[in-house]
Amino acid sequence: MNNFFFGIYPYIALSIMIVGSIARYDRDPFTWKSSSSQLLRRKQLMVGSILFHVGVLFIFFGHFFGLLVPHQVYEAIGIHAEAKQLLAAIAGGIAGIVAIIGALMLAHRRLTEPRIRDTSSFWDITILLMLVAQLALGLISVPYSIATAEHGSVINFMNWAQGVFTFQSGNAAHIADEPLIYKLHIVLGLTIFLVFPFTRLVHILSGFAAPVRYLLTRTGYQIVRSRRQAPRHPAE
Amino acid sequence: MKIRAQIGMVLNLDKCIGCHTCSVTCKNVWTSRDGVEYAWFNNVETKPGTGYPTDWENQDRWNGGWTRTKSGKLQPKQGAKWRILANMFANPDLPEIDDYYEPFDFDYDHLKSAPEGKAFPTARPRSKITGERIQKIEKGPNWEEILGGEFEKRSQDYNFEGIQKQIYGEYENTFMMYLPRLCEHCLNPACAASCPSGAIYKREEDGIVLIDQEKCRGWRMCVSGCPYKKVYYNWSTGKSEKCTLCYPRIESGNPTVCSETCVGRIRYLGVMLYDADKIAEAANAADKMDLYDAQLGVFLDPKDPAVIAEAQKQGIPQDWIKAAQESPIWKMAMEWKVAFPLHPEYRTLPMVWYIPPLSPIQNAAEAGAIGMDGAMPDVKNLRIPLRYLANMLTAGDEKPIARALERMLAMRAYMRAKSVDGVIDEAVAARVGLSGQVIEDMYRIMALADYEDRFVIPTTHREQVEEAYDLRGGCGFTDSNGCSTGTSKASLFGGSKKPLKMPQEVR
Repeated sequence: MNNFFFGIYPYIALSIMIVGSIARYDRDPFTWKSSSSQLLRRKQLMVGSILFHVGVLFIFFGHFFGLLVPHQVYEAIGIHAEAKQLLAAIAGGIAGIVAIIGALMLAHRRLTEPRIRDTSSFWDITILLMLVAQLALGLISVPYSIATAEHGSVINFMNWAQGVFTFQSGNAAHIADEPLIYKLHIVLGLTIFLVFPFTRLVHILSGFAAPVRYLLTRTGYQIVRSRRQAPRHPAE
Repeated sequence: MKIRAQIGMVLNLDKCIGCHTCSVTCKNVWTSRDGVEYAWFNNVETKPGTGYPTDWENQDRWNGGWTRTKSGKLQPKQGAKWRILANMFANPDLPEIDDYYEPFDFDYDHLKSAPEGKAFPTARPRSKITGERIQKIEKGPNWEEILGGEFEKRSQDYNFEGIQKQIYGEYENTFMMYLPRLCEHCLNPACAASCPSGAIYKREEDGIVLIDQEKCRGWRMCVSGCPYKKVYYNWSTGKSEKCTLCYPRIESGNPTVCSETCVGRIRYLGVMLYDADKIAEAANAADKMDLYDAQLGVFLDPKDPAVIAEAQKQGIPQDWIKAAQESPIWKMAMEWKVAFPLHPEYRTLPMVWYIPPLSPIQNAAEAGAIGMDGAMPDVKNLRIPLRYLANMLTAGDEKPIARALERMLAMRAYMRAKSVDGVIDEAVAARVGLSGQVIEDMYRIMALADYEDRFVIPTTHREQVEEAYDLRGGCGFTDSNGCSTGTSKASLFGGSKKPLKMPQEVR
């Protein structure tokens, strides 16, 4: 059981996420979108969406660097395991509260506002509730994480996460003895990765790509396209 | 000099009868689908009025178009690139659907299925978004039809700027005109500039501005970027859509649906050659009143041998050059100067132009007393204030508008003298700086407006860009993803892709 969820399931989830995203981007780019509902109802979205996105982006980068940067790097700059766990719990906790307030506003809007409710797809609602649940699980674990900071659970999670990406066998053993609350958070998180290509979450990738293209590779503001191209069979 | 061709449009407001045939035929062809019931790629507004969406001309509120910064840089009014990116989570300048109107349908079935009763059954409205009953329709696509609603509301029309507007609320002084609106296919489109995904582009060969539905991610910055509010967010597909200038028709040499079906024959389509290198400078004129002239300076004279030679060198097809020489747009905008861009102060260099309407003489009772200058009344006595038209078409400069109206009045006087009195009155033509021959030309194009004179549209040169062999067995136009073979060059699931050539970005 432990081995399935933390040794095998990560690969299933990540594989489906990657292959699914490539397939969707290539085969059905028309469906690749943010699915904004701002046009239909502005109320609650302005505040809710900004809180949610800012919070979630902070949490995303926190997890990314917190879990995947080798522990030695943190040691080198003088952050030890206990301090790191406290830092992660407090900073993540604040961002988590910001994000969950936003997510709850968005969920309330989506479920109670008739215009949004009636135009929502199954996945629009499901993914939002999954994210609320994931944020809640993360926040529930924060007090526990602060209280047990001296145990340095964070090291186990770093080893596990890095083990996933370095294909270590028996990787699940790293976190076998960790409490259930963390494990639920991980399993739900992996499930979100799994459903990623089938939901509106794909807009995250565009959200990261758009600024790069818009700011860096696009000179000026305008785009002109031409159909006049070099002939495929140049005259001999 | 970088020569490009643009299909431009002129609408002769003097002849618009406000029948909405353009809007309805456009709607039937392009937006009778889920998610865009509220969207009218073409709509007709009664002016003065706040329009559709409400108050769209007020850029202090919507932040559409461009602005010239204090340091003299041109940037979208909603903000520089980083500012636009920061608004991606929630766009503060995006209208809500209620600013257009909540789309509705009626319970027609109730008319025949209602049980017998004392009252005659009625078809009550129902929302096209939620399907729920709407108790009272608060707004529609043409809510101010023929000056509908109280003057207090309509007088918030932005074109009243600098006008003592109260007297126009009085019955004796009231005035009205129609303003059909569609995408301007700007030379400097603010929608394209606002798109973080780079999905909106201008076509090099005919200047049509389109949204790549496969690249659009629904960030909706174009909706707020467009000062004319002519980009619409499809809430069903999550993509933005806009007027395509009926490009499949234009490519085959046919006028757009709105132009083809215009019963007043007010619409003109033709080619304009322009110098793409001059756009940035023209859009950035320091004084907004110079913008109209600056845009005139972007166009190239298609009869100038140097322009012709350069256009040929740059690959503009010969029939496009010929079409530019016969273009009704060139005649009305450049030669006769009777057509003007809509709100040049937005700095988008729009390419749908308008001939201002003549109007009855103010205070008909005093008609004998007011300035009849020979056979022509003074344009200052027309019922529609010059300043109102100037605010709409020349960023407030009344002189070009007055000249255009005088020329139209002179045309009437000249033709009346010719056909009623049998006299050729060169004097009236000379007074407005024209010759009798030019006036007769104007009369032929603007008053008679034959089909061939209104629409001078060269066909696109598909043979230069496509191989018919690749197209056989291909797919036509579809909604959504029906015909897409995907974005990558290779096929994800084996086999070879059709080697269709898509338009490529040019620098």
